[in-house]
Amino acid sequence: MGILNKLDISVEQFESGNIIITSMDKLLNWSRLSSMWQMFFGLACCAIEMMATSASHYDLDRFGIIPRPSPRHVDIILISGTVTLKMATRIKRLYDEMPAPKYILSMGSCANCGGPYWEHGYHVLKGIDRVIPVDVYVPGCPPRPEALLEGLIKLQDKIRNQSLAKHTA
Amino acid sequence: MEITDIYNKLKKVFGDGIGELKTDVPVSPFFFADRSKINAVALFLRDEESLQFDNLSCLSGVDYDKDNLAVVYHLFSYALGHSLIVKCLIPKSDPKIQTVSDVWAAADWHEREAFDLVGMVFEGHPDLRRILLPDDWEGHPLRKDYKVPEFYNGMKVPY
Repeated sequence: MGILNKLDISVEQFESGNIIITSMDKLLNWSRLSSMWQMFFGLACCAIEMMATSASHYDLDRFGIIPRPSPRHVDIILISGTVTLKMATRIKRLYDEMPAPKYILSMGSCANCGGPYWEHGYHVLKGIDRVIPVDVYVPGCPPRPEALLEGLIKLQDKIRNQSLAKHTA
Repeated sequence: MEITDIYNKLKKVFGDGIGELKTDVPVSPFFFADRSKINAVALFLRDEESLQFDNLSCLSGVDYDKDNLAVVYHLFSYALGHSLIVKCLIPKSDPKIQTVSDVWAAADWHEREAFDLVGMVFEGHPDLRRILLPDDWEGHPLRKDYKVPEFYNGMKVPY
């Protein structure tokens, strides 16, 4: 069965086929981490690396990560670049419009902590975590596509270990 | 046309409205123009047959010295292939200057940017609003005496 090869979760299978038993947690987590739809949203030079990661060579599609044009459709938002104070108010609004569960990946030094603008950037937010909660930080200026993929796989790991019984992030 | 010829031509028409030509500078020669005559100077530079400065390459706002702001005009003529730099001093106590956005449409957004970041007021500009910073921003951040605010809309600004 093709789907069972892709399910990296423990399942019990009946001999007659067509019925599998697993836990709700595992099924939900598996489906969530396999279709992390991403906000169609780029900020600065990191966005170029994000686009390179989306394109055929690194192929984000294979993780089920596809960009969606509305915050109502999306599960994750990549903060891909410098967040100005003007944009921060917009990002907060976009974040509020996303349906839960929602995840944030902060990409690059600017989004993590202000990057090169940490001292003289009167207009730059010194880290997106001052406005919205961040799940994964990817360092780099900008991070290479491999680094971004690593961050997304870390986020998948985080989702894989979630549980309905206890609230996590 | 050489810079001295351009300068002499302007000097003949505008007299005291044009300051001394400074050639002993590390960059291209420039001169100061009177801020209350800059619109007429700009129009002359554009429309005079032998000058034809049809392109405003750049308009910059500068916090020039202790008492003055400045606007710097970089001009180029596609028709004749020569260029020119004109500066205008603006006292900080009365930061007003004539617009040139009616002469070169390119000046429209450039003047909004200079106003946004340095804070001189371009009189006669059709729509002088902030262009880069949010509308509710306080102060003009490229002034030397600008202090970064502690908070903007509840977000902490310093590192």
